[in-house]
Amino acid sequence: MNSIFVLIAGIVAMALGYFIYSKFVAEKIYKLDANFRTPAHEFEDGVDFVPTNKFVLWGHHFTSVAGAAPIIGPAIAVIWGWVPAFLWVIFGTIFFAGVHDAGAIWASNRNKAKSIGALTGDIVGKRARSLFMIVIFLVLLMVNAVFAVVIAGLLVDFNSAVIPVWGAIFVALIIGQLIYRKLVGLLAVSIIGVVALYALIGLGPVFPIALPETFIGLSDRAQWIMILFGYAAIASLLPVWMLLQPRDYINGLQLFIGLILLYAAVLIAGPNMVAPAFNTDLPANTPSMIPLLFVTIACGAISGFHGLVAGGTTSKQLDKETDARFVGYFGAVGEGSLALAAIIAACAGFATFGDWQAIYHSFGQGGVNAFVAGGASIISEGIGLSENLAQTLLTVMAVLFAGTTMDTGLRLQRYIFQEWGAIYNISWMQRVVPATLLAVGACLLLAFGAGGADGSGGLMIWPLFGTTNQLLAGLTLLVITVMLVRYGRPMYVTLIPLIFLLVMTVAALVLQLHTFYNQQDWFLFGLDIVVLIAAILIALECGSVLNRLRKGEKELE
Amino acid sequence: MARKIIEVSKLGKVKAFWRRANAFAEEAYNAPYRSAIARAQRDQDDLFMLLVYSELMGIPNPATFYTMELQPLMLERFHEWHIRMGMEHSPLDNMRCC
Repeated sequence: MNSIFVLIAGIVAMALGYFIYSKFVAEKIYKLDANFRTPAHEFEDGVDFVPTNKFVLWGHHFTSVAGAAPIIGPAIAVIWGWVPAFLWVIFGTIFFAGVHDAGAIWASNRNKAKSIGALTGDIVGKRARSLFMIVIFLVLLMVNAVFAVVIAGLLVDFNSAVIPVWGAIFVALIIGQLIYRKLVGLLAVSIIGVVALYALIGLGPVFPIALPETFIGLSDRAQWIMILFGYAAIASLLPVWMLLQPRDYINGLQLFIGLILLYAAVLIAGPNMVAPAFNTDLPANTPSMIPLLFVTIACGAISGFHGLVAGGTTSKQLDKETDARFVGYFGAVGEGSLALAAIIAACAGFATFGDWQAIYHSFGQGGVNAFVAGGASIISEGIGLSENLAQTLLTVMAVLFAGTTMDTGLRLQRYIFQEWGAIYNISWMQRVVPATLLAVGACLLLAFGAGGADGSGGLMIWPLFGTTNQLLAGLTLLVITVMLVRYGRPMYVTLIPLIFLLVMTVAALVLQLHTFYNQQDWFLFGLDIVVLIAAILIALECGSVLNRLRKGEKELE
Repeated sequence: MARKIIEVSKLGKVKAFWRRANAFAEEAYNAPYRSAIARAQRDQDDLFMLLVYSELMGIPNPATFYTMELQPLMLERFHEWHIRMGMEHSPLDNMRCC
């Protein structure tokens, strides 16, 4: 089938979702009220609570949730064929992610803009709050390890991107200074930044840089992983305005440019989907599509990470409550469209079915490298950039996303360690540098332990990361469901996704447990057990809370 | 002459558009990090306040001669600080702000 049809079908479905279903949910279920005094107005302090233009807020919400994950997940999941991945991304975005994101903003907005973690404690109970914290820690741990492995793989496979990827850090540092010292207006700075970044992208293919194949016993991937964590540790210690803020801003611009380029190239070139609609010739180690598809694609269909952004920051800046629909639901649609682009790139960017099969030779393969290779061939065909340049461009886009997430993730993890230090009275753990080293150590252990460092294992850990993400989403949906019941409104809009997610996540974890046992991969086996225990506890918590609600005991506590 | 006026207003329009786009970009740049930066600034201000009031807590301060005149100016911020720290009244016996 021609990829233009896939693209248009996806966009039309998501547009219908936004114009019809989100209107229904916003008006009839959440009953968003334009006259409600939002926390941004009620507690306006110029620091946390600031009423913000809804387009700015949408841009922020979208760029902080759309990173490398909605690219990697779909690009791995197409191994079952493109139709299942396509359907889950589209229906997931319409009935799961949009409802979840807008609902998280609404729930937080109606509760003094508290974070979803705090809301879980207030609305569901103390046990649920502890579970929430454990799952967040697991998500952060895995996201840092997985992204380091992904970036290392990209830098080895597409070494033309090494110069622009690291050069982008210097561009960001300079931009940060220009803005901080108010030397140049922001629009001019944005143009300078984008031009500088693209100049570096042009320079990359001329001077490709490859690390030695082995150095003190470390493979080139392992060396990159060490360098990346070294960078992330230093970056997470710098003040945010110096590097993180300008980097994030350029990434946002880059996201829009990359998406427009990809979509335009697909529309002009119109390549055929060479991957099968349903893959009947699955590699031997591929697990069953149901339930694994629903945890392999987390971001792009539904992801709990969004709830953290929605509750922690977005809801504190909501100007009008009705903006929650645009910011939350349309933010999810934005991410769905990125996932859709990833599916098309990974399925239509190869010349023949044989080429595609050579990449997807076993489960956990493909991923972001297939997205870059496929997307680059579409861009070079559609827009006429040389393939090498297009590869560099897409690699830079993916690496910058993943790199910024690592920076943020390591920062958050350091806070968690520092907090533990405070709780358990361990004075050295409260200090910044030791806490950072602990966080880096934990992530390194996971990155190497999960077999990503030598590049042979593929991303076996990816579905496990998806499960933690889905558990987080499940907890957020539970909060929204309980609120809906208390307001006396129909709860099926969030209850059905919640049950579906929990069943699929637990099933996927059990199935994975079996696989890891057979492979005798005790590291991932142990990790799986930890996540499985959390999942079962969350399922029990959901069951008991909903049971209490059903019995009419509406006042919990 | 008339043509020139039109040109000026066109230029004005472009300038106005540039200004608006700039303001939008600035908002997009600052909104996500406003709270983190403001909090970091607040921490530094608190440290500075400690320096100014250090003698009141028995910490010798070689710069007292210079910081003394800042004390009344920082009283309001001191009040804000002890409220933020969860103390209803000033924790210092020899200094009352409320």
